[in-house]
Amino acid sequence: MDNAIEITGLRKEYKGFTLEDVTFAVPRGTIMGLIGPNGAGKTTIVKLIMNLIRRDAGEVRVFGRDNLRHEPEIKSRIGFVYDVPRFPEDLRLKTIASAVSAFYEGWDDSRFRDLLEEFRLSPRQVFKKLSHGLKMKFSLAIALAHGADLILMDEPTAGLDPVFRFELLTKLRALIQDERKTVLFSSHITSDLERVADYVTFIHQGRVVFSAAKDEILDTWGVIRAAGDGLRPEDIPGARGFRRTEHSLEVLTSDLAAARRSPLSGTVIDKASLEDIMFFIGKGNAHA
Amino acid sequence: MKIIISNSSPDPIYEQVTRQIKAQIINGELREGESLPSIRKLAQGLQISVITTKRAYEELEKEGFIDTVEGKGSFVAMQNKELLREKKMKIVEEKMVEAVEEARLLGITRAELEEMLALLYGEKD
Repeated sequence: MDNAIEITGLRKEYKGFTLEDVTFAVPRGTIMGLIGPNGAGKTTIVKLIMNLIRRDAGEVRVFGRDNLRHEPEIKSRIGFVYDVPRFPEDLRLKTIASAVSAFYEGWDDSRFRDLLEEFRLSPRQVFKKLSHGLKMKFSLAIALAHGADLILMDEPTAGLDPVFRFELLTKLRALIQDERKTVLFSSHITSDLERVADYVTFIHQGRVVFSAAKDEILDTWGVIRAAGDGLRPEDIPGARGFRRTEHSLEVLTSDLAAARRSPLSGTVIDKASLEDIMFFIGKGNAHA
Repeated sequence: MKIIISNSSPDPIYEQVTRQIKAQIINGELREGESLPSIRKLAQGLQISVITTKRAYEELEKEGFIDTVEGKGSFVAMQNKELLREKKMKIVEEKMVEAVEEARLLGITRAELEEMLALLYGEKD
């Protein structure tokens, strides 16, 4: 599998926040989720891919090409969906679509109409009268109708109810039935990623904590819970963070197999969810 | 092809997939030469990752249960009955090794283990 996106040593400095040494790749034909707490740098990465802000160092290659030198060509193949869809407020959907379609060679009008119907939208509706969820769907319909090879979305499921989210995620899964299509989306809703992502890249405080296949992460990370104070976090192989409460100690490990093999008496060992991982690493106490 | 994925199972998802496909090949529910869904179709159907279905198919191929033909898809491999029996025997053997190891850890003697086996065999017959 070749890569749709390759990011190497990416850096962006803001006052009080630095995105640093970000390196990861998104293989073609897969869905990757960018996960991390608010303010971790997810949106910054998405904006750097789209060249909406200037990078300070590093390289971004999309479809094998530098995203600055080949910007117009690359962008014509990306369907970008903002966290808050932005289109002229007072226009009807069909008017927006015909304006947008002029920019894309691959625009497929009948596909667009099918998508609207599927999303229960009418071409005659006015954009500003749509709910947030419907705006999101319209935005996705535009991205899909121009035959984008890469769908890039920033927090697409935030503020959507579970039914909407499920529909959207199902659509993404259906999209990558075509192995030339790739999806990268950021989200802090970990259950969405658990449902749909092939790869997960975890960003924390401007750095990549890991970038790996989702099932591999869910199979190798675990949480060990022990009652009382007989256990120390250092005793757990692969410990990456812990939480101590009055009655128990909880330790996050990235080596579940080793933890299961080691003789830890009086403990409960579970697989970690993405939420567990985000929680333990996000709260500090982390050996990241 | 019938596959059920449990998210609460301690077994990795690819193992759940390979185990169930293997079982269906061994018991004849999936016949020789029958075509399997593509890794993308299967992933969509089971709502799991394409990487996971790909890995499951690779494992099955490595163990000789299925063949993958570039551009045509994956098929249940031609099995000869001897080979199949051998594979099943191997599974039984592996499980017995496990049982013996556990027994050793617990200090169960060979005679005691044999007695347990005889009992189980008699009951299930």
